[in-house]
Amino acid sequence: MLIKKPADLRHSDITPRSVYLNRRRFLAGLPVALVAGREALSPSGRARAAGGRFPNLVKSPFSTTEKPNSFNDVTHYNNFYEFGTGKEQPAKLAQKFKPGPEWKVSVEGAVARARKFTVEELIALAPMEERIYRHRCVEAWSIVVPWVGYSLSVLLKQAQPTAKAQYVAFESYYNSSMMLSSGEAGIEFPYVEGLRLDEAMHPLAMLSFGMYGDSLPPQDGAPVRLTVPWKYGFKSLKSLVKIKLVEKQPPTTWNLSNAREYGFYSNVNPQVDHPRWSQASERRLGEFLKRPTLMFNGYGNQVASLYNGMDLKKSY
Amino acid sequence: MLRRRWIKAVVFPLCLTPISWVLWRAFYGDGLTANPVEFVTHFTGDWTIRFIVITLAVSPLRKLLALPDLIRFRRMLGLFAFFYGTLHCLTYFWLDKFFSLPEIAKDVVRRPFITAGFTAFALMLPLALTSTAGWIRRLGGTRWRTLHRLIYLTAIAAVVHYYWLVKSDIRLPAFYGALVAVLLGWRAVAWLRKRRSRQPSALSTQPSIPQRGAGGADELSAEN
Repeated sequence: MLIKKPADLRHSDITPRSVYLNRRRFLAGLPVALVAGREALSPSGRARAAGGRFPNLVKSPFSTTEKPNSFNDVTHYNNFYEFGTGKEQPAKLAQKFKPGPEWKVSVEGAVARARKFTVEELIALAPMEERIYRHRCVEAWSIVVPWVGYSLSVLLKQAQPTAKAQYVAFESYYNSSMMLSSGEAGIEFPYVEGLRLDEAMHPLAMLSFGMYGDSLPPQDGAPVRLTVPWKYGFKSLKSLVKIKLVEKQPPTTWNLSNAREYGFYSNVNPQVDHPRWSQASERRLGEFLKRPTLMFNGYGNQVASLYNGMDLKKSY
Repeated sequence: MLRRRWIKAVVFPLCLTPISWVLWRAFYGDGLTANPVEFVTHFTGDWTIRFIVITLAVSPLRKLLALPDLIRFRRMLGLFAFFYGTLHCLTYFWLDKFFSLPEIAKDVVRRPFITAGFTAFALMLPLALTSTAGWIRRLGGTRWRTLHRLIYLTAIAAVVHYYWLVKSDIRLPAFYGALVAVLLGWRAVAWLRKRRSRQPSALSTQPSIPQRGAGGADELSAEN
């Protein structure tokens, strides 16, 4: 029997310690001190959990043992193009975005039980878990985030997909009065994403309502978002308003913008480079040296079977 | 006022304010964001293209504003473009590639935006090296000026580099592209006008040969 366990491959498993120490000791010196020094000064994000919105979280076996990034890093380095295309802009421009109790997520399409949920109703659907996931951006940086939520499959099962349901289409909130226009951002809004139904039903695919034990900050996709840890970050759509079960592969925003560079699947894959940069390694925020990128972002043991028989170079 | 000696002593530190601001922010301020390497790369890249544009603007502004003395700053501004360009390259060589030559070579060959950026920087090298009065004398004004027209290619390559590296928001590369287009277009128009006005009297000998070794780059009349 195959016992599946998370593959937490470390730097030290790949490069002998003595080799990288010798070669890089000189180069690493100053900036490491700079980065580490700043990290020590920033308040630990994990300490926030005690007073947060979700105090009693179920620990998840899916969590990595890697150290989460600081709350400050995760909230001040965002790709949320609706609120600016610079990394620091969403932290400022999303502050006027205050999703209230009237927020609804519509579950529709090829389902037996289509309906709209308030966020409170969604939160009540299943026990809240804390899952510490690696998050790998297509831009070759990565973070580790303690998300709060549960498997997306909980909601999908509740809606009872019909035989026609092959894919799941997701849509983000869009409001032109407080967000960039498509022309400014260079991508179409509202932001849309999609998964194959079996991908969406995979227990690792998550509906997230919070992080660091508290509600999601607006720039991180409040009030509810997707978290799909084995795919590049842009697949984890933010500020979700619609889930539609469909028969055909739905359009996805970055693929519409540039199909050659961003495929529908967008699984983290160190062997398939972005046409403009290598995906073989990544910079974990807070670290100086780059680390090798892992197949399926290190979740291969759990998800690789979803793609049996597929050419991942073609289905990128 | 532009002729005063002290004015250069003011412009020089002014050109150093961006790098000073980054150092201050790193050690005393808010830090350099969650991804300092990316921040420094973008920051030095931004200032490289800004200084390229500022340098290219000197000649048109001299004519348009009737301020010939602006020429005194052209070399300094060009060298600052080279300075920020060098820092920009260094962040890439060091913090992105850790001086791995095979990795760098692979990037330069395979990634068009790196090829463009590398070209832009490589073309600045001979200009920085021959920026002294001694080299103007050695090369002669005409040849020196022809060589230094490489800055046009640097500017174009820099814009292409920027345009090819952004993911979807092309507003900034488009902005710099427009500036470079205007600055190079102005030169093209000036050149065509001059050619046309010269043609009717093509047979008459024109004293168009510049004086050799008349002075440093500062004095070299800037028709380019």
